[in-house]
Amino acid sequence: MRKMMKKTIAVMMATMMAVSMVACGGASGSSGGDENTLLIGSMGPTSGPNASYGTSVKNGATIAVNEINEKGLDGEKLDVTLKLQFEDDQADAQIASNAYSKLISDNMDVLLGATTSGACQAVNKLAQKDNLLMVTPSGSAQDITEPENVFRICFTDPLQGIKIADLIADTLQYKDVAVLYDVSSDYGKGIYEAFIEEAKAKGLNVVADQSFSGGDKDFNTQLTTIKSSGADVIFVPGYYQEASFILTQARQLGIDTPFVGSDGWDGVTTQLGENADIANGAIFLSPFFSADTTENVKNFVDSYKKEYGSTPDQFAADAYDGVYAIAKAYKLAGSKDSDKLIEAMKSVEVDGVTGKFSFDADGNPNKDAKYIQIEEGQYTLFNR
Amino acid sequence: MKKLLSKQNLFRIIAIIGIFLILYVAVENGILTRQYSSLLIPVGINIILAVSLNLTTGFLGELTLGHAGFMSVGAYAGALFSIYTGLPYFPGFILSLLVGGIVAAIFGLIIGVPVLRLKGDYLAIVTLAFGEIIRSIITNLKITGGASGLNNIPMYTSYISVYVVVIITILIVMNLVNSRHGRAICSIREDYIASESVGISLTKYKILAFVSAAFFAGMAGVLYSHNLGFVQAKTFDYNKSIEILVIVVLGGMGSIKGSIISAIIITILPEMLRGMDDFRMLIYAIVLIAMMLFNASKFKEWLRVWLHNHMPKKAVKGGNS
Amino acid sequence: MKFLAQIINGLSLGSIYALIALGYTMVYGIAKMINFAHGDIIMVGAYAVYLSLTVAHLPIPVAILVGIATCSILGVVIEKIAYKPLRNAPSLAVLITAIGVSYFLQSAGLILFGSQAKAFKSIVTVKPIHIGDITISGEIIVTITVTILSMILLTLFIHKTKAGSAMLAVSEDKGAAQLMGINVNRTISMVFAIGSGLAAIAGVLYACTYGFIDPYMGSMAGIKAFVAAVLGGIGSVPGAMIGGVLLGVIESLSKAYISTQLADAIVFGVLILMLIIKPAGILGVVRKEKV
Repeated sequence: MRKMMKKTIAVMMATMMAVSMVACGGASGSSGGDENTLLIGSMGPTSGPNASYGTSVKNGATIAVNEINEKGLDGEKLDVTLKLQFEDDQADAQIASNAYSKLISDNMDVLLGATTSGACQAVNKLAQKDNLLMVTPSGSAQDITEPENVFRICFTDPLQGIKIADLIADTLQYKDVAVLYDVSSDYGKGIYEAFIEEAKAKGLNVVADQSFSGGDKDFNTQLTTIKSSGADVIFVPGYYQEASFILTQARQLGIDTPFVGSDGWDGVTTQLGENADIANGAIFLSPFFSADTTENVKNFVDSYKKEYGSTPDQFAADAYDGVYAIAKAYKLAGSKDSDKLIEAMKSVEVDGVTGKFSFDADGNPNKDAKYIQIEEGQYTLFNR
Repeated sequence: MKKLLSKQNLFRIIAIIGIFLILYVAVENGILTRQYSSLLIPVGINIILAVSLNLTTGFLGELTLGHAGFMSVGAYAGALFSIYTGLPYFPGFILSLLVGGIVAAIFGLIIGVPVLRLKGDYLAIVTLAFGEIIRSIITNLKITGGASGLNNIPMYTSYISVYVVVIITILIVMNLVNSRHGRAICSIREDYIASESVGISLTKYKILAFVSAAFFAGMAGVLYSHNLGFVQAKTFDYNKSIEILVIVVLGGMGSIKGSIISAIIITILPEMLRGMDDFRMLIYAIVLIAMMLFNASKFKEWLRVWLHNHMPKKAVKGGNS
Repeated sequence: MKFLAQIINGLSLGSIYALIALGYTMVYGIAKMINFAHGDIIMVGAYAVYLSLTVAHLPIPVAILVGIATCSILGVVIEKIAYKPLRNAPSLAVLITAIGVSYFLQSAGLILFGSQAKAFKSIVTVKPIHIGDITISGEIIVTITVTILSMILLTLFIHKTKAGSAMLAVSEDKGAAQLMGINVNRTISMVFAIGSGLAAIAGVLYACTYGFIDPYMGSMAGIKAFVAAVLGGIGSVPGAMIGGVLLGVIESLSKAYISTQLADAIVFGVLILMLIIKPAGILGVVRKEKV
């Protein structure tokens, strides 16, 4: 029996120790909360298979933060210093929620994130409870912006689906279209569903409706079906990695039908490397065109290249514009108070690297889509 | 028959209440920062998962690689129940916990049937296959929201409800393991031919272990989905099952105490080492290999003997507890 | 016509599975363990060849040899460090270790090479064949040829050489083989060396067929190949071939005619059914466990 008591006491002691250890660890971590800083918390995967997305967001946001601290907004300095704190969320809902709590413990004022849709779905509920301004650069699932405090910089999935269906029907004037999408990703499926609806409304024939699951490498079966369907054009809503797999196998099977893609295709030529020519003729929607000659895009691309040695992708561009939107909201609100920031965000207008935009009633951006065509293995702006 | 209020049980009750009070004071008075108080929930969920997996892997001695599959079934079943009935916290949450657990247990039963004919390597592969099938079906059903997942699940889970479920799980599993049934389950692990020959029904006990492990994993799933308010099928992949296995292996197979401690470590450590996820996987791999080699090595035996000779008698306890 | 094309897709997928399954089946047949890491050795082989070609600029045959050598050595080292100490441990321990090794290779690959897939320019120079509407790519022709050749050579090796007989003896009864003067440790090392060498070849052909390599490339392919080995009867060399091709065709046809989404579920469902109905597989032999 004595043993039992010892055990009990030991367990209680251990718990107490753990609690006190943890409590101490937390107390030393707070870095924000200072009158003269606006702490922008941000998150995204910087490790694991999706590491490139989070890294881009982190880099793009860092450039914007430094720029604003240095030059101010429209030549006028802010009365606070912006500070970015970025946490890894591994694109996982639970870990994103942990990361959110950490940022709150560190007194974050605004959230720029999360990067991926799944993480956003978990975090937006917490941000709503805390009544915190949340701006996701790249979470594209439709219902993320349902709470009033949430805004986004990128296009929603359904909007992309609709725009691309219009492009195929009105501008490119194809009739028979094949679709190949990732059924296991919210992104692919979100675009696909809206696309099919709009395609039907526009009188397009969907002659092949094929799907695959994330991580698949073999697309020969689906492509064979598409080949025998006699489609004029193949629409692949997805990311550049899958797109490059699909392009490679399509060419091997002797398919030379043109491809149309979604904004995730940005990066496909880099991925294909010396085979980039097989993507020739493909058109994809993108809010951001890195070879654009307008001044702000050129400046952004130059400083990004100087800092990180690579061309920024749309994740970086969205994050860059996100920071500018937050800074403008702060300037309008004139305070760090969340209610005022959220109210101010509704009337913010940004002339950013992803285009000129303001937010609609749902917190989604009103901006024009750009279309990019791949020619000779290079991106060019597609003029309708 | 032991008395219900034996001294042993009394101490347990005191310990349970004591730990609860410590947690309560720490959370409510803000001694724990928000970061760490919010971690209590995943810690508790991982404890439930590890203790339940220990039942099949540690005590029955069969490797299951589909534990995350049971968790996902529970998470979705409980969430759908809450969304469609729209019941308030009480009794909605309790019913949803039960629904999640029971649906997962039914899946445990379905998997239990082929399991009867298989063991070892084949069984492991079949459980892996089942986990993948469940995930693939959830991704393709309309009612589960497909790839986008289920949103707007009422966020009922709190650290208190998690604590209660953790205690219930530990108590039931401990009692099961220390009962006649538990000894039968362990005897199957040691030598199934011998246990069969003394009249232990392999069918009955294997199914018992699988179904109860699935039940608790399902409850853990319900806690998970009602904590985040959102579930997505891709969370419950093969890697999640491996993570639970790592917890069990690190804590020592067949040790409930070990599972609890290692669940706490494995959940909190990555929070401290944020941004090092690539290395987390590498460390998991090394833990798995090292623990197995350590268990099989002469060093372990040597350490046990050394501890036996150099420690006061009471502190040393050989074998499984 | 479309049906025929889908069968050819299945054959191409299946012959890669078969090539991987050969390694699984050899190791299982002789060492009596599932080498879970086998799929990831494919990844190591593919990266070894990729680096020899792009960084060291070696000629193609040399690069392939480098890949085979890397994998063979890796296979032997893994066996010595992780599996050998567990030869008398319960199968549960061996299985967990094998999962650990598989995880180790994957995450080491992730840290060393990054998660981005790398473009792998096909080294196959065989011209594609066109039959009517159907195109059979050079990669498919080479993969099928290599798989059949490997199967024949492996069968000959096991049944016609002394080392092969030693393997059979070890597979029957380790203790008795030892008493007959067979070096059991060396025989098992050799099995791992051959199995892993085959994995390197599979890795290269896989990379050529799909044009890309990434640190996760071996995991799903490895699991599917294991399913193939079980279908064909684990431990049987021709069984691996039959199982692989069968699985490839099943997967391809269910994608084409039932549902792409559920193809994986169907493949795993077939495995479970097979294990319930005929646990020894198509060509396997039932062994009763003795006390």
